[in-house]
Amino acid sequence: MRYLELTSLGILFFAAAALGQSQSKADNSNAASAAAIAGSKEDPKAVDRGAKLFATHCGGCHGVNAKGGPGAPDLIRSVLVLDDEKGILIAPVLREGRPDQGMPKPNLTEPQISDIVAWLHVQTYAADHRTTYTFLDVVTGDPQKGQAYFNAAGKCNTCHSITGDLKGVGKKYEPFALQSKWLQPRSARGASPSDSARSAIQVTVMLPSGESVSGKLDHIDDFNVSLYDSSGEYHSFTRDGAAPKVELHDPLKAHRDLLAQYTDADIHNVTAFLVTLK
Amino acid sequence: MNIRLFFFLATLAAVAFGQGLTQSTLLKQPTDSWPTYNGDYSGRRFSPLKQINSSNVHTLSLAWATRYNRNPNSAGATVPIKATPLMVNGILYFTAPNNVWAADARTGRELWHYEYPPNTGSTIGNRGVGMYGNWLFFESPDSQLVSLDARTGKQRWKVQIADPKLDYTSTVAPVVIGNHILVGIGGDHLDNPGFLESRDPETGALQWKWWTTPRKGEPGIETWPDEYSSSHGTGQTWIPGTYDPEQNLYIVGTGNPNPVMAEKSRKGDNLYTCSIVAINPDTGKLVWYFQPSPHDVHDWDAVQTPIQFDGVIDGKPRKLIAQASRNGYFFVLDRTTGKNILTKPYIETLNWAKGIDAKGQPIPDPAKYPTTDGVLVSPSSNGATNWPAPSFDPDTGLFYVGTSRPYAMFYLTDTDDHPEGWGGRDTGVGGDPGALLAIDYKTGNIAWRHEWPSGNGVTHIMTTAGRLLFTANGDNLIAFDPANGKILWHTGLTAALSAGPITYMLDGKQYLLVAAGDTLYTFTVNQPAK
Repeated sequence: MRYLELTSLGILFFAAAALGQSQSKADNSNAASAAAIAGSKEDPKAVDRGAKLFATHCGGCHGVNAKGGPGAPDLIRSVLVLDDEKGILIAPVLREGRPDQGMPKPNLTEPQISDIVAWLHVQTYAADHRTTYTFLDVVTGDPQKGQAYFNAAGKCNTCHSITGDLKGVGKKYEPFALQSKWLQPRSARGASPSDSARSAIQVTVMLPSGESVSGKLDHIDDFNVSLYDSSGEYHSFTRDGAAPKVELHDPLKAHRDLLAQYTDADIHNVTAFLVTLK
Repeated sequence: MNIRLFFFLATLAAVAFGQGLTQSTLLKQPTDSWPTYNGDYSGRRFSPLKQINSSNVHTLSLAWATRYNRNPNSAGATVPIKATPLMVNGILYFTAPNNVWAADARTGRELWHYEYPPNTGSTIGNRGVGMYGNWLFFESPDSQLVSLDARTGKQRWKVQIADPKLDYTSTVAPVVIGNHILVGIGGDHLDNPGFLESRDPETGALQWKWWTTPRKGEPGIETWPDEYSSSHGTGQTWIPGTYDPEQNLYIVGTGNPNPVMAEKSRKGDNLYTCSIVAINPDTGKLVWYFQPSPHDVHDWDAVQTPIQFDGVIDGKPRKLIAQASRNGYFFVLDRTTGKNILTKPYIETLNWAKGIDAKGQPIPDPAKYPTTDGVLVSPSSNGATNWPAPSFDPDTGLFYVGTSRPYAMFYLTDTDDHPEGWGGRDTGVGGDPGALLAIDYKTGNIAWRHEWPSGNGVTHIMTTAGRLLFTANGDNLIAFDPANGKILWHTGLTAALSAGPITYMLDGKQYLLVAAGDTLYTFTVNQPAK
């Protein structure tokens, strides 16, 4: 359940591509993501130590990632762990164990207990904050098929060139960011000014006098359209139904139209191809 | 207690203590008040008022606009008024997280302002208060149900409804049915169980609690691998439902299952998540259900207001309920049985289903479940629509909904056999702008559409017998002709519409009231001098 926030998103409805961290392959270790450690405000060194201590002392039953094992509960869903602050609830369990429930006393020092508490807090924080989630491997496609799609069905080569604008693109972006950026160039964070200028929507307003004014679209709704012309001057016009006539040109229309045409394999193949453009 | 007898006694009691909201008011369609989240129990957000109408709407002008200031240091200070205000006996009652206000509906002047103590609960929004006699009820960010005296704003009591440290978010406007305060809940990051519960209006004591996912031995448990996955399957109830007094059914939508995008540990349909459920408000027992999104993996809650109306299907009068669901499908059900009458997509980009099953439920395509390398799906997790209020106009027979057609890449981030929380994310990759749709309930066909040139299409709607539909785009408040989609009037606000518009009659004048950001605006048409 994510609540939709009402924000004006410009001419195209697009959500910001979340260019989070990614990694080259699924990581089955229990190291916490940097974003989750930062967000949880726990000491990174303590968290790092806690990860190793947990794996050694607790992972055998609870799993190295604390998601539970045969007879031992998932600690990320544990009400005791979730309700804990500063180890007040967790530390007594780590000191004494829970012999009545089959959990032996782990024999940990107080600093070790603190480290495990810090690591557990990062685990629950991470589960609770999806913006800290780490994207996994997106390079699963066939680069040759991707190249074929680029030059034929996708018609990417009509606007792009692997020796021109896309030269070295596989070196410039790590794969997840690259896939997000080529699917929706406008929404990618950190776009350069030249990229922004290239993808700006152009508008022409044709006045009843026969005069027309063109430039970069500033805003459009049912009642107003405004733009900046090539000299940087601002123009604003009242709209009333079809008057004045307004024509929009979106340089990224091809990207938008392709959304209804791609297969998922096409997407993965193109990414695999672009990754090779080092 | 028999509910009809209760209403009779409650009406007597309400008369005895003068001001306040009587139960008989709740059972009819009042025009001199807006006493519940949706204005009446049906959820139609249709007013029979027509002093403001398509012939004079061009003269609609501002009566008053008032900002409601919060303590800048209090949590939630920047969250807009997402509450649909109530208007009862000339007083408005509305909320923002941690804040409740009463204001004079004639002037906008604040009568009292209640501030809930600082806390660490989620302040994503608050949808408003419920009212019973002179008592108000609202949910605090840290999951307390708080009752205030509507005359003074003084707190009567508060009771804990959930553990806020388990990522429950409490935003719902409570719904009052008889002597039941129906309380819903939100939050889906930590795989906690969803519920709907009923509280006593005088004491806050629990009357019943219905878990949205079944426990061992209960019907529906066969749609989960085991009780453990079901009891961590979430399915929250974060938007008020609607009520059919004739059948005594409270009909409400439930949210997505958990883990949200990682489905490996919860194979099956995952009842009663992403469902429309009919509950007996006296007992808390499930009477029927319909599941718009079996085994959801895209965060498509089915909480959107299920609107009740009586209509004609194949020449026969029927008691209906309809939902434009977040997953992009429009559903019409028989509200006495929950049986499906019609299922039809209302956005053309929808690409995640293999078809419709015999029960009228979409069949999810496993090829569109989130993967580590991403799958392209429309709509995005924000949905084809979301919580903003839809409307049904009995005069046109059309169902109106604000929509969006985004695409997103859905990524699986948790490949563990026991995934947690969301277990994945989606990233938006664009799509066409949104549209206001008018849907014919008999066919599911789009009777008319208005494509927005920009901005979010998922906005609040209200219709009236004055042949008007009010909605918004960007910061513009707009009146349409509900029969054909022609724009009749608009005005600029200082922010986007943040809650559903309401209307009521006061001193012989019809008011239109809207909330945008921290400001309420009212509009009237000027009457000829007497």
